Amino acid sequence: MLTLTLKEALQQIRQGKLSANELLEKCIQRQSKIKELNAFITETPDVAREQIKQISDSSTLKGLPVAVKDNFCTKNIRTTCASRMLEKYIPPYNATVVQRLYKQGGVLIGKTNMDEYAMGCGSIDSIYGPVRNPWKYKYKMRKVEKSKTAGPATQSTLHDKQRLGTRGTHSSAAQHDEVYNDDSDWFISGGSSGGSAVAVATGSCFGALGSDTGGSIRNPASYCGVVGLKPTYGHVSRYGLIPLVNSLDVPGIFARSVDDANILLNCIAGHDVNDSTTISDDFIPQQLYDEPSVKGLTIGIPKEYYVKELSDEVKQVWCDIADMLENNGAKVIQVSLPHTQYSINTYSIICACEVASNMARYDGIEFGHRADNNESTESLYAQSRHEGFNDVVRGRIFAGNYFLLRQNYEQYFKKALRVRRLIHDDFTRVYENGIDILLTPTTLSTAPSYRWFSQADNRTRTAEQDVFTQPINMAGVPAVTIPIRLSEDSLPISLQIIGQKFKDYEMLNIAKFIEQEVKFEHLKLNDIAHLS
Amino acid sequence: MATFMSMRFTSCKLCGHPVRRGIVNVSKLSKRYKATKLKQADTLVWEPVIGLEIHAQIAANAKLFSGASSQYGGAVNTQVSFLDSALPGTLPVLNKRCVEAGVTTAIALGCTINKVSRFDRKHYFYADLPAGYQITQQNHALANNGEFKYFVYGKYETDCVEKSARILQLQLEQDSGKSLHDDIAGRSLIDLNRAGCALMEIVTAPDFHTGSDAKSFVRDIKMLLVTLGTCDGKMSEGSMRVDANISVHKPGQPLGVRSEVKNLNSLTSVKKAIDYEIERQISVLENGGEVINETRSFDVDTGETLPMRDKELKQDYRFMPEPNLPPLRLYYTTDKSPSGTQQRVYVDILEKEIPMLPRDKRNYLIEKYGLNSYRANFIVNALAVELFDDLVKGKNIKSFSDFLMHQFLNLISQRDLTVAESNVMSSDIDKLYEWYQHRELSLENIQKIVTGLIEKQGASAREIAETLDLWQINDEKYLTDLCKQIIEENPKHVAKYKRGKKRALDRLIGQAKQKSNGKADLSTVNDILIKMMKTGAE
Repeated sequence: MLTLTLKEALQQIRQGKLSANELLEKCIQRQSKIKELNAFITETPDVAREQIKQISDSSTLKGLPVAVKDNFCTKNIRTTCASRMLEKYIPPYNATVVQRLYKQGGVLIGKTNMDEYAMGCGSIDSIYGPVRNPWKYKYKMRKVEKSKTAGPATQSTLHDKQRLGTRGTHSSAAQHDEVYNDDSDWFISGGSSGGSAVAVATGSCFGALGSDTGGSIRNPASYCGVVGLKPTYGHVSRYGLIPLVNSLDVPGIFARSVDDANILLNCIAGHDVNDSTTISDDFIPQQLYDEPSVKGLTIGIPKEYYVKELSDEVKQVWCDIADMLENNGAKVIQVSLPHTQYSINTYSIICACEVASNMARYDGIEFGHRADNNESTESLYAQSRHEGFNDVVRGRIFAGNYFLLRQNYEQYFKKALRVRRLIHDDFTRVYENGIDILLTPTTLSTAPSYRWFSQADNRTRTAEQDVFTQPINMAGVPAVTIPIRLSEDSLPISLQIIGQKFKDYEMLNIAKFIEQEVKFEHLKLNDIAHLS
Repeated sequence: MATFMSMRFTSCKLCGHPVRRGIVNVSKLSKRYKATKLKQADTLVWEPVIGLEIHAQIAANAKLFSGASSQYGGAVNTQVSFLDSALPGTLPVLNKRCVEAGVTTAIALGCTINKVSRFDRKHYFYADLPAGYQITQQNHALANNGEFKYFVYGKYETDCVEKSARILQLQLEQDSGKSLHDDIAGRSLIDLNRAGCALMEIVTAPDFHTGSDAKSFVRDIKMLLVTLGTCDGKMSEGSMRVDANISVHKPGQPLGVRSEVKNLNSLTSVKKAIDYEIERQISVLENGGEVINETRSFDVDTGETLPMRDKELKQDYRFMPEPNLPPLRLYYTTDKSPSGTQQRVYVDILEKEIPMLPRDKRNYLIEKYGLNSYRANFIVNALAVELFDDLVKGKNIKSFSDFLMHQFLNLISQRDLTVAESNVMSSDIDKLYEWYQHRELSLENIQKIVTGLIEKQGASAREIAETLDLWQINDEKYLTDLCKQIIEENPKHVAKYKRGKKRALDRLIGQAKQKSNGKADLSTVNDILIKMMKTGAE
């Protein structure tokens, strides 16, 4: 029952073959079964049970359970951002996207785990502990022998340290050697919205909300083998989303199919008077085609995404899908996004600046953690902030304040904004030249192991993990990641489809076409049956 | 008699100064005036340069970026939206009314309106600034480059001169909350009712040279805002607060280091703080010291400026564009862009809606009634144009404007009130003038009645006159007896007068006023005394 897509479940409820109440109870059971994966910070089965009583038959979501990343405000339900600072924070209002899901008949099954304040790409920097990827959990189902990973391993020797710069010496491909056949290790979910990705992948809910600033939806969706949609900036309201980088944050969706993602997008998108950056044009929900086609479309393959660190398997998948599209009548051509290489550094600066600013409100006065310090107002601030934030958050605050100092502003922040404009213009130019969508990998490889991943710091990992996802946020265009097939290691490999501004539906139709062609086999739920 | 009356008035043509009761001793005043002149001459080598930042709270029902009420005087922390307390996830939404008020004001100040302006975050930690930053307009303000003409009053009405100051910028920004310090319990309490209220910050060029210039500018610009309805101008409630940047230098040399005196919340404080600061800086420099670039506060009780605590010293505000607000675009109805017109602010429509401005009203009074610019400005600033128009009909303009200025408008302006706020009925003013004309009340007692009308609301002029027993005594016999008594009791002054010291007469008249409780008809007393002393009828 839990392997159904949202669309199928809705259909069966409409036909009277399934009851929403029954489905909810199944999901609650599943949710408690996967506790070990640490996907949820706060489970809210009782909230869902209350909500489902009020659901009308005509509602879109008919009481199907959804999960929400713990950086969206939920009225009367604590919202922690996985931080000590907000450990006890109970918002007095709902984020617009949460409110809209409720209104459309979604019920809240829980608030999902994440990196503290969404700063990270592994969902391991949470005060509640790391999220674990359900695929091949504890390697119990491991099929592949060590020798078969020789490909990626040898590839790591190709690494050019100069090219890597500050990304550290750990290659994304070297992982399997170090952790191989070790049952105490597991794969990371990706992040920062890892909890939402795991919740959807394990069948604990039929869809989930996440936020994507540099790849925080697409990265975990890719690693967990689910669909991850980052809509166009301005298409979905950020009101009630506790910000990371206001100018890049986009609320988005985890789903088991492209159609599901579209159904949920229709529920949450559109202008919001509370968010002045949402577009004011009337929003008209659209359905995807039953049988979309790519005939006559021009698909761009950005050459800058063809990097040395890219694992052979992912590269192969990328090529195969490009060929498949060509075989189905699309024109596939190589394009250039020349400023891609500057994106990560630009992002570091803009992110740090906005973080420094956004975090200024956490002084322990109006809300949030307040230290036990009565010496002076300043020392109260300092201690509350020191205790409340982890070192990743504090590091970005320091960096941001440095970049914003009068003597540094031009050199760092202003320059970063100019480069961001160039990155944005790269995409504009490509689309103006007749490209309909871009096809790229979502991540360099399949999900890395926790042991390997945690050997480098947050900054290093962010720089390497977000390399394919992060420029999209700079450009504000929509992107969706869909699982294509399993690696030889039986881990999901996904590709990213990058669309044009406010042409989210066109992009999703193409994603749906690919989805229908590849018939990705979702996580078999009995794979995680050994969980308590 | 008429000559006498006008003589009395000549001696009190000194407005814009603190309360002045009774007979003014002209010679004494002119001496004081000379003294000031002399002092100014001493310090003339130093030229003060002053620029102002006026923070005017926009008259609007809601705050700049939230729907919370911006009314003054609500119970503590009852007018606070989620945004105002900076709850995580909240976003600012610009209040259209505040933009309109800013544009209207900018038009009236002759500014260039920027079709695109932007909002910035200005960061500093303070408990009454919940977000840790203020949303303001730093580099791309709503409007720039205006000019405002204002009047500086002098010692005499004829000294009144028109001056002009350049407006560098008009920007929209958020107000902060209020901190209340409980020194006994050693804690601070925060009231966020004011947090997020809309302010227009009007920044002037350093075009002022005295406290009096600055004060006059603030007084007239306040009237402009009140007329436009964009700010209620209530300085005592904090609706208008002034920061003054002050430096002194020797003409021909580069400008000196400036200090900033913050939060001046009355016209008197503007003048006093600036004058104090000028003297302080001169004295520092004359003694070989250096002026520090610092923020100072003004102590109303001592009249001194004091450096603010360390943390409020000049700091790096780490400005950053506000990412949650798109650029603010203004439109003209002639602009070609048809869609989504509802939320737009049209500059040309606002321009057409601008009411008659103070300067127009001033010109009207000058042209229609031949008033001098001092009186015209004074009447306009008291919002008394209509009252004057109504009551002056059929009266001698000079005599009535004298009366209105000195018996009424001076009294209300000392209390920082306009005509409407004074609660004095125009019919009462009309009656008082009539009684005065018929010599039924002395000027002294008219002021008592007007004071009563302002302070004891609800009573009529007649009731107050009756209750306080103020009717003028014109009885010849009583006045003659009174004069006799005074002459007997003051042989010294009589002798002085007879020796030709005309000023001695004032002392004697003063006695008559005192003895009769202000009720004696002083012009008759004046005549009787002169006659008595001339004839020697003792």
